[in-house]
Amino acid sequence: MLRLEKRPQPSKLWTALTPLLAVLATMVAGGLLFALLGKNPVEAIRVIFFDPLFNEQVASYARPQLLVKAGPLILIAIGLSFGFRAGIWNIGAEGQYIMGAICGAAVGLAFYPSENPLIFPLMVMAGALGGWIWAMIPAILKITFRTNEILVSLLLVYVAEQLLASVSLGLLRNPEGGGFPGSRNLASWDASSNPELIAGTGMHWGVVAAFISVIFAYVMLSRHIFGVQLQLAGQAPRAARFAGVRPEMMVFICFTASGVLAGLAGLFEVTGPAGQISIDFNVGYGFTAIIVAFLGRLHPIGILLAGLLMALTYIGGELAQFMLGLPAAAIQAFQGMLLFFLLAFDMLSNYRFRLSAREAA
Amino acid sequence: MTVPLLRLSGITKSYPGVRANDDVSFQIAPGEIHALLGENGAGKSTLVKAIYGLVKPDAGSMELNGAAYAPSEPRAARAAGVAMVFQHFSLFEALTVAENVSLGMEDPPPQRKLAAKIREVSRSYGLPLEPDRLVGDLSAGQRQRVEIIRCLLQNPRLLIMDEPTSVLTPQEVETLFGTLHKLSDEGTAILYISHKLEEIRALCDGATILRHGKVVGDCVPAERSAREMAEMMVGTDLTPPERRELTPGAVRLEARALSLPAQGQFGTPLREISLSVRAGEVLGIGGVAGNGQDELMAVLTGESPTPGGTLFLDGADISGTGPAERRSMGLRTSPEERLGHAAAPDMSLTENTLLTSGSAQGLTKKGFVAWGKTRSATEEVIETFDVRTPGPGTAARALSGGNLQKYVVGREVVRNPPIFVVNQPTWGVDAAAAATIRQSLLNLAEQGSAVVVISQDLDELLEVASWFAAMNEGTLSAPREVAGLSLDEIGLMLGGGDAQDAAAISEAENAQA
Amino acid sequence: MSVELLLTALMIASTPILLAAIGELVVEKSGVLNLGVEGMMITGAICGFAVAVETGSPALGFIGAALGGAAMSMIFGVLTQFLLSNQVATGLALTLFGLGFSALIGQGYVGQVPPSTPKLDLGPLSDIPFLGPVLLSHDLVVYLGLALVAGVWAWLRYSRGGMILRAVGENHDAAHALGYKVIRIRLAAIAFGGACAGLGGAYLSLVRVPQWTEGMTAGAGWIALALVVFASWKPWRVLIGAWLFGGITVLQLNLQAAGVKVPVELLSMSPYLITILVLVIISSDRRRANLNAPAALGRIFHAAS
Repeated sequence: MLRLEKRPQPSKLWTALTPLLAVLATMVAGGLLFALLGKNPVEAIRVIFFDPLFNEQVASYARPQLLVKAGPLILIAIGLSFGFRAGIWNIGAEGQYIMGAICGAAVGLAFYPSENPLIFPLMVMAGALGGWIWAMIPAILKITFRTNEILVSLLLVYVAEQLLASVSLGLLRNPEGGGFPGSRNLASWDASSNPELIAGTGMHWGVVAAFISVIFAYVMLSRHIFGVQLQLAGQAPRAARFAGVRPEMMVFICFTASGVLAGLAGLFEVTGPAGQISIDFNVGYGFTAIIVAFLGRLHPIGILLAGLLMALTYIGGELAQFMLGLPAAAIQAFQGMLLFFLLAFDMLSNYRFRLSAREAA
Repeated sequence: MTVPLLRLSGITKSYPGVRANDDVSFQIAPGEIHALLGENGAGKSTLVKAIYGLVKPDAGSMELNGAAYAPSEPRAARAAGVAMVFQHFSLFEALTVAENVSLGMEDPPPQRKLAAKIREVSRSYGLPLEPDRLVGDLSAGQRQRVEIIRCLLQNPRLLIMDEPTSVLTPQEVETLFGTLHKLSDEGTAILYISHKLEEIRALCDGATILRHGKVVGDCVPAERSAREMAEMMVGTDLTPPERRELTPGAVRLEARALSLPAQGQFGTPLREISLSVRAGEVLGIGGVAGNGQDELMAVLTGESPTPGGTLFLDGADISGTGPAERRSMGLRTSPEERLGHAAAPDMSLTENTLLTSGSAQGLTKKGFVAWGKTRSATEEVIETFDVRTPGPGTAARALSGGNLQKYVVGREVVRNPPIFVVNQPTWGVDAAAAATIRQSLLNLAEQGSAVVVISQDLDELLEVASWFAAMNEGTLSAPREVAGLSLDEIGLMLGGGDAQDAAAISEAENAQA
Repeated sequence: MSVELLLTALMIASTPILLAAIGELVVEKSGVLNLGVEGMMITGAICGFAVAVETGSPALGFIGAALGGAAMSMIFGVLTQFLLSNQVATGLALTLFGLGFSALIGQGYVGQVPPSTPKLDLGPLSDIPFLGPVLLSHDLVVYLGLALVAGVWAWLRYSRGGMILRAVGENHDAAHALGYKVIRIRLAAIAFGGACAGLGGAYLSLVRVPQWTEGMTAGAGWIALALVVFASWKPWRVLIGAWLFGGITVLQLNLQAAGVKVPVELLSMSPYLITILVLVIISSDRRRANLNAPAALGRIFHAAS
């Protein structure tokens, strides 16, 4: 009989290996899923994982997209990873992302059509502020009333979506847009544009911000007492209080980090790749970033890699959509599956299987 | 000779890295009160879990009333007439007494009949209980009654009791012993697990002594001295800690009429607690578990803030300060729960050192951690307190209970804190390590620190403390000097008897003498 | 707007969250926090819809939905109970996966019309003014929801099984020590919760909307989770909560239709805002909030021996 047994201490090897195992298992299970949908599984996997990078016909379009899509994912996931380490669950990053975009865009559009170079920095600040304020709602409710932050932050996503619809149809609607919903194009207005910095790479200010956040998080988590305190708060809340870590402070800091970074991600998206505020501006980066954070083991370098991988599945998914007619939803299910496998294999780092001759349970 | 009720032959059980039971054999006669004696970690718990069907032995066999007995689960054990009163983990706080009893029975009668039966049985054994009360609202002693009644309602032939007296006052212990003798007279055998030697000498007909999973001896407890049995149990000669005259200095830590409402549904409120500890003194705080010790500890560590003007350090009001601030002022603490409170289980010892030391000890600078210094600080604790571990990078939960306890107490003591508060300093620690820890507390006091020791182990308190006070339902008795304190007086203090009553008794005794 | 129509609509609007919440209540009482209600609901919605369309039988549709929801919940069950994964993360994964998976199955069903679910016909009773339409002329699932509330309440309170479930949710180590099969009991509770969420989802796609669109649950699963907290884990309060939220939903839809001078978006976000408000009010009263909460909620159980 196989028996599960707790390891005396977590295995570093398995902690690093589980994401790779999870990706492999997802490819196999995803292949089965695609086969059920009547697609050639090998081809589907190839289109999703390899063609975006190596197929010459599409690579010129697809390669830059990798950073474009990975940027917001990494930025948001880094912010979430702080809280997830501490057992503070902000799962409403999608809402903070939307609010960052709305606030940033609104501040920018207030100056239209000025070409003042300070407008873009001002928008960046407004975007961060927007995401931060939206994140502060669950944070402050948790601190003062002990309200469950999971539910509040998530419910606020739906509220933010309604606000997004409202401003696209009203407040921020392009007066010259012929009555169509959506704001002016921010990407084509120089003062607010977040352009591709190096042609052909997809690198824009949001990607730069993502890289900076990875480095910052790495230093904080490995060298600073804050990293120890985060881990402490998550693994042993009583020990944290004994050590003098104030739980309210942790909630505040973690929601600040995730709110600001999600707000920034929204701002860089609306001024760059998306270009305008519209009803369907948000595409679920805030939720996918949760998968990215876990897949990256809540570790900055891991998140960087996981963000790139997730971006790849997005692009590959789009590719598979028009090359193989694979439905868009398939890739979403595929990403969810990845998280399942990761959680399943996760146990290997804390437990090990033992053969036992007699024990039945 | 009659057929033994239970016979164990060659029971062996291994866990990774330890052989918990190694070829254990002994037998119990019907109606016998049999002691299973051994230090923490000697394998007593594993053995009784095997008898109760919670653990399947790797080798060996058991016989009950002459028939082969191999319970696959507790249910089977109960059906065979074996019942067990646990030390921990077996009651449900949010459920009523009757529901708790019902959950432990195979064919429980309807709740109303059961309630009547609980009243009847509990009264006839001198353990009165109210079936409709929530268990969470009961004292530790009353909770134990629930467990005992749960067992008795099934008319067991063998009753296993795991460390039953650790949560009782001396008076409650007497009541319990009365009940056990009555059961034994009715023919119920009792397997009594303990490391308290005097109790065993008073109660048990026979004893089996375990050390490192092996049987190292059998005896009739009444015929042996406590010291003889202790040496069989420990395997070495014991030396009590050295105690020198302490010269008290100025008051370092003081609480003035400190009150705190109960935290959570089943917490204990603190009521008007006053205490003061001088430099060079050890104040021992005794009491039955659950009378507010944990709450008092949280107040002293700074985890539960109290209203201003209630707690003072060297005359300065520290009521509103947090744990980190208090540490920087020289107040160090070590809570009871090792894993999850004093130390984070999955973090390394090095990281755990950072829990209570930081910039003041040069381990951090502007929040950035000097990992090298932290590691050597950890190594110092490991060496000084003989913590058995592969190294400072080991996760806290990989250490045995005793070694981890040495680490968490040592982590504070090596810093020579001017004020040190510790809760249950030697809980679950073997005798040798316990002696080391107690000696270090005495050394601290000798060097002029003010020390507060909260413990449920009276012997320990009498060994290290210069002053003794007892907690009862959230109040703290007036401290009395340990020298000249009698066991009766202590019992009264623990039971909430007024300190003046105790003083009156001692005066009366003195007058007689 | 007539009060009668409003209350009739309320009964229908409250049923999906009522079903999901009463299922989750049982799950949480066993000490497990399954945040995947949204994912199980949407899976139930599409399974129920697909089965009903293919077979033409709404009854079979609801059965299919319950099975679909339960199957989905078993992924969560295996991960959290056998592989000891974090319940919060696994619940989230279930929701993310459920949204994608349901969209995948549902591709061919967009725009189709499901067979209509028959309503109870009590003849003259259904014609009683006011009471008839409000209480006595709904489809059977509405009554199933009410029966489940009563059943769960009585079962938890009076049956031995219910007592064991509460004990497991209170202290799994103690329950294990007494010989109860903690994992088996929790798996059963999780499956029940999944089936209920599935039914709730199908009620949306087969009766309330009735249509299939991607992501059609739109947060109903999360509101159901909030409802359990609101109800302090008491079945009858779940019913009250569900009626409250059903009422708000119906009211805001009616206000939208009536063209009241309030922005449509504000009305649409009102159920979410009010849910947050209620959560705050409930949680601010610390003693009441914790009174009935299962002590082992969300904690991982691993028998040491």
